[in-house]
Amino acid sequence: MKPFTYERVSTAAAAAAAAAANPGAKFIAGGTNLLDLMKLEIEAPTHLIDVNATGLDKIEPTAEGGLRIGAMVRNTDLAADVRVRRDYPVLSRALLAGASGQLRNKATTSGNLLQRTRCPYFYDTNMPCNKRAPGSGCGAMDGISRQLAVIGGSDACIATHPGDMPVAMRVLDAVVETVDAAGKTRSIPMADFHTLPGDTPEVETVLKQGEFITAVTLPAPVGGRQIYHKVRDRASYAFALVSVAAIVQPDGTGRVAFGGLAHKPWRVEEAETEMPNGARAVTARALADADPTGDNAYKLSLAERTLALVLAEAKE
Amino acid sequence: MTAAPRPHPVPTGTSVRLTVNGQPADLVLDPRVTLLDALREHLQLTGSKKGCDHGQCGACTVMVNGRRINSCLSLAVMHDGDEVTTIEGIGTPDALDPMQEAFVSHDGFQCGYCTPGQICSAKAVLEEIRQGIPSHVTRDLEHVSFSDDELRERMSGNSCRCGAYANILAAIREVEERA
Ligand SMILES: Cc1cc2nc3c(=O)[nH]c(=O)nc-3n(C[C@H](O)[C@H](O)[C@H](O)COP(=O)(O)OP(=O)(O)OC[C@H]3O[C@@H](n4cnc5c(N)ncnc54)[C@H](O)[C@@H]3O)c2cc1C
Ligand code: SF4
Ligand code: FES
Ligand code: FES
Repeated sequence: MKPFTYERVSTAAAAAAAAAANPGAKFIAGGTNLLDLMKLEIEAPTHLIDVNATGLDKIEPTAEGGLRIGAMVRNTDLAADVRVRRDYPVLSRALLAGASGQLRNKATTSGNLLQRTRCPYFYDTNMPCNKRAPGSGCGAMDGISRQLAVIGGSDACIATHPGDMPVAMRVLDAVVETVDAAGKTRSIPMADFHTLPGDTPEVETVLKQGEFITAVTLPAPVGGRQIYHKVRDRASYAFALVSVAAIVQPDGTGRVAFGGLAHKPWRVEEAETEMPNGARAVTARALADADPTGDNAYKLSLAERTLALVLAEAKE
Repeated sequence: MTAAPRPHPVPTGTSVRLTVNGQPADLVLDPRVTLLDALREHLQLTGSKKGCDHGQCGACTVMVNGRRINSCLSLAVMHDGDEVTTIEGIGTPDALDPMQEAFVSHDGFQCGYCTPGQICSAKAVLEEIRQGIPSHVTRDLEHVSFSDDELRERMSGNSCRCGAYANILAAIREVEERA
């Protein structure tokens, strides 16, 4: 690890101010992604701002009938919250499908949203990677790309977002709340929060330097059968090859988002009108623009079959 | 105008007070020191093991304020005021904890390298089930109960290179059944 100075802050405003004062700084929450990357010197902040004591560890009802999830709420606590289990089970299920019990005890809501890709070339500092070292090239494109994106990628990068929780938050129409050093707040819909790689794969979200996430809000519950199905190389403790987060209403209409396919949770609202017509009809539209590699074309049929399984389960 | 990033600083000591297995420990540490290295290298508590140092194997599992975490993926300075329990705080050679006894009687280890992490995790898992915290294999999210499938899923963050899994499962099951 490269040396850094360390400070603890006790409010969101102080966190944003500390980051604005120091462009080399990073916030540290659970640390389970940042420290992993700092040990490999893929991340090398000169200053760490510990935001664990900002008091943002509560889950509170909103005036609109939804829930406001503090940025520091741990993944375990969010998954186990009685309101989440009852009213937003797809979110509990997605969280519980991720990482391990130890990691979920530490990982936070904001950190989970901002975890970085698991592209093996991003992690291997001997390899070119436009995300880690802009302009160095993409090792994955003609390399081993079995885990990587099939849609929304660019000539510069075909990485995926590895998170499970964000896929459920996308299907639930969650909104990310932030504050900056000037005290200005923003509400960013999950649909707009993560970006596609384009020419700047090092940019992964619309957050500005120093902008601090305070909470994620969920709209009022929408009911329906809520299912998260994750397909991975082993039964537990592995990242998704493909995942499906779905909300299916009794009349067969609903919503669906996919994980493991793109640089962000992949949801195409227009394709959802096909839900009563079955999985193939949905994926034909949601994945119409797919551009897979030879290594990962299997993800297209896997996504369709996983959705078919989910739709069948929803009818049970 | 945005200021240029500062260069990497010369590391300086940061004070931190931990309570480890009930004993206060005041340390002055380079902020880069992980909780695992603080325990092993600074407090000579070498029970917790370093398998991967990247959150993948669970050998470094300890309890912080009653919850299991991977001590390799946390900085010691982030734990000022926290209570840490390591394998050294769970039973002694003369008075084994029931989980330790069960690991011995079921041959729940071969080389023993993963065992301190397995035991810390196993104790926490039984507590998490008792508290009603669901897992990936819980059928009904609102009703959590003990089963072998629950144990397998909840213990998946602890790898065992010797493959003692079947006996580890038997050991944990026995502790649960005796309780
Ligand atoms: C072995 C292993 C397996 C895993 N498996 C899975 C899996 O299957 N599925 C899955 O989804 N995840 C998985 N993970 C990833 C894990 O979910 C993330 O590491 C975790 O969610 C990150 O949360 P954190 O609080 O520890 O983030 P940190 O590491 O503290 O932070 C991550 C990033 O977020 C920034 N940040 C944190 N909080 C804020 C804030 N409030 N405002 C602005 N920026 C902020 C930090 O600066 C940093 O850049 C796995 C991790 C490991 C190590
Ligand atoms: S796919 Fe993206 S993250 Fe992976 S090597 Fe290419 S540029 Fe890097
Ligand atoms: S040493 Fe911490 S998880 Fe492997
Ligand atoms: S007993 Fe050897 S690694 Fe588990």
